Parts: sequence; structure tokens; C-alpha cells
Amino acid sequence: MEYVPNKDIIAKRIARMFHTGDVVNLGIGLPTLVGNHLPEDVSILLQSENGMVGLGPSPERGAEHPDIVNAGGMPVTVVPGGCFLDSASSFGIVRGGHVDYTVLGVLEVDQEGNLANYMVPGKLVPGMGGAMDLVCGARKVIAATLHFEPSGASRMKRRCSLPLTAAGEVDFVVTDLGLFEVKQGHFLLRECFAPYTPEWIQERTQADIAVADDCRTFAYQPPLSQEQP
Amino acid sequence: MSAKPIISAQAAADRVDSGNMVMVGGFLGVGSPDQVLRALKARGTSGLTLVCNDTGIHDAKSGRCTGVAPLIESKAFSKVMVSHIGTNPETQRQMNAGETEVELIPQGTLAERVRAAGAGLGGVLTPTGVGTEVARGKQVIQVAGRDFLLETALGADIALIKARTADRAGNLVFCGTARNFNPLMATAAQTVIAEVEELVEIGDLDPDAIHTPSIYVDFLVLADQGRG
Repeated sequence: MEYVPNKDIIAKRIARMFHTGDVVNLGIGLPTLVGNHLPEDVSILLQSENGMVGLGPSPERGAEHPDIVNAGGMPVTVVPGGCFLDSASSFGIVRGGHVDYTVLGVLEVDQEGNLANYMVPGKLVPGMGGAMDLVCGARKVIAATLHFEPSGASRMKRRCSLPLTAAGEVDFVVTDLGLFEVKQGHFLLRECFAPYTPEWIQERTQADIAVADDCRTFAYQPPLSQEQP
Repeated sequence: MSAKPIISAQAAADRVDSGNMVMVGGFLGVGSPDQVLRALKARGTSGLTLVCNDTGIHDAKSGRCTGVAPLIESKAFSKVMVSHIGTNPETQRQMNAGETEVELIPQGTLAERVRAAGAGLGGVLTPTGVGTEVARGKQVIQVAGRDFLLETALGADIALIKARTADRAGNLVFCGTARNFNPLMATAAQTVIAEVEELVEIGDLDPDAIHTPSIYVDFLVLADQGRG
């Protein structure tokens, strides 16, 4: 069986993890795709680190407001009931435990819940931006990533070798192969995305993965019910 | 209540001296005082230390160059203290080549360090960065069994900020996500220059609607009509 990268399923599965009323922060890159798949019957509040609560969908062409952008600098709208804040207040929300879920991208994530996503020394140094605050402060941290790097190695590791964004804070990892919980020093596979099997995943991942007793395999479209892992 | 001096972007740029620590408001250029920055670039002042959320967006393909990116290009800064440089490859190139010193500060920590300086605090205790490179060389203080980093107040010689509306007294109102660091930086620098899009008379602004009190603002620059 060949691996075919699939960002869509990652975004779709994460979008089903939220409950109505949750305050959610979606990082730049892959995590923003989650916003495209939010179920109609779940109403969440998107918080943006640059000072907005109530991030809305992209504006219509020509209706972009130059002062209303998301954390990636892209034009967005603000939903009715949304508001703007300064950066200290914004990070008060982030650091003070008022964000229920933060979804971030990954360079490396390890089985102790460490996340590295802000620099490859000497090569790629985007900087941490708000990532360190988000990972420390949010109640639940979801790492979202394609399962494999271009080299073929898994992004899930036994131990991160890159500089850490935060230590021991990751709760869930969602890849295009499955949904994993970080528990007691290893990854726990809770859901497997067909056509891949738990064994196929374990063989190709350079980390310790236990398979939950109630691990379920989903076809591309997970069921609509809001079952929590 | 007296009016604050209204000066040109060029006169604002003249007030920045070589070697100054300069705070610039904006997030990826949204909420940055573009006209003052343009004048500062034209003046050629260098050896500055920048405090800013980021170094702007510099996209070689499209030519998009926002926030302080034009000043990064002209090497105005010997050091930048920012949370993110990923949208400006030139900053990364200068850093790797040893041409510009880059200090990466978590965004929430940067916001608090600036706020602390303006608010007369020595610093703040934050959990952000504990167990990471950010903790290097910093005091770790335990409160109720939890580790915090002691992050010190960060003030500046000059703050260049951007607001939507000012009254002649220097009260400021910000717009949307252009607010970001501007209200914090307004409190934390010796000299504060606010570039604004709209100027109204003293008394026109509802006291409940004012974001930054006039006392913080030293000079106003009225931006030309038509953005940027």
C-alpha cells in the first residue's frame, strides 16, 4: 500500500473535535484548513492571536478590509458579536487558559508530548510567534501534520531533536493516518484512517505507538456524530 | 487640554537617532506607520535596534513589502527583537550571514515586556518558554509549585505607532487588527509618534471610545489620504 498525503482528512477530523461554545485558535498553515470543515451544528469562537475574538470566513473579493486580517496576514471578516483587542489582552486570553483548543503545525512531535515547530537551526528560522504561548496556555493542544516528512521519516518521534516550542504539552496528534493521544510517554492510536491499518502505521513510525482497545478505523469520511476520542 | 504638535513624516523620521531603540507597531505590517517608516528609510538612519512583532512580509515574487520590511532591506537595524521572521527571507538571510542580530521573543512575552515597561513594572513572570531555548540565561521562579520565567520590562527611545483616529490632544482610537502592539508601545517609549488617518477636534471623541489616552502621545503625523 502506498502512502498518499491527504491534508483534507486531517482538517476534517480536527473540525469534529470541538463543541459548541469552545474558543479555538487555529495556527497558520495546515491548521487554518480546519476552519473550512466546521460542522454546521457546532458553533465555536475562533480567536486570533493578533487581537480578535470571532474570526469569520474570508471576505468576498473586493470586500477585504485592510485592517482585519488573521495571524497569517490574510484578510478575514469578523462575525457578529466579535471584538478586537490589543496584543497584551489577546495573549492574556491565550496564556490565561481561556482557549479550549489550539491547533498547530509540526516540525517534530514526540511521545512525551514535546512539540518542535519554530526552527531548524541554521536553516529555517521562522520564529515562534505566538506558538509557545498557545501551547503553554491552551487547555488542549492538537498537533496537526502530514504523517511523513518529504524524506519519508515520520513527524512523530520518540524524542524531538529540534528546539522545543514547549515541553510536554501536546494532547493529541492528528495526521492523515490517524488520531493519536499522547499518554504516559507513548502515542495511543485512537482512530485509524482507511486504507491504512494500525500495524502499517506502527511499522513506519519512528515512535512507540500503542493501539487503543477501542481503536476504530474510519473511511475517508468520519461519521458526523461528535464522539470524543 | 493642549494640542500635540502635528509634524510631517520626514520630521518624525528626523527624531530617530542612529543607535536608538525603536518600537514599531503593527502585525505583519497591519497597523504599521507606513509613511513614517518610508521617511525613515529615505533618511538612511542606521544602527537601530528594532522592537516589533515581526519584520514584515517581503515576497520577492509579488514585490509585496510590508511593515518594516523596506527598512530591513536597507539594513537600518543592527538588531531586531521580534517574535517572528518567517515572512521575511531577507531577515533570515541577514541573520544567517551574521549581518543582523535577531532575538526571538515569544509574542505574548514581548507584549507583556512592553506593557510592563510602560506600567512601571520591573517585569513579569510567565510560563511561556519554560523548558525551551527561550529560558536560557533567565531566572526561573516558582510560584505555587509552578515554574515561571522572569522576563524583564522592555522600553524604548522612540515608539512609531499607527492609529485610525486621533483628536488634537493625542487621544487615539485604533481599527480592527491594526491595534495589536500600538497601545502598548504608546506607553513604553520616551518619545511617541503616532501616524493617524483621521484627525478630529478635542471633545469629538467619546471618552468611553478612546483606546490610548493623550498623555502618552508626543507627536502626531497625519497620513496622506489613500492608504499606504
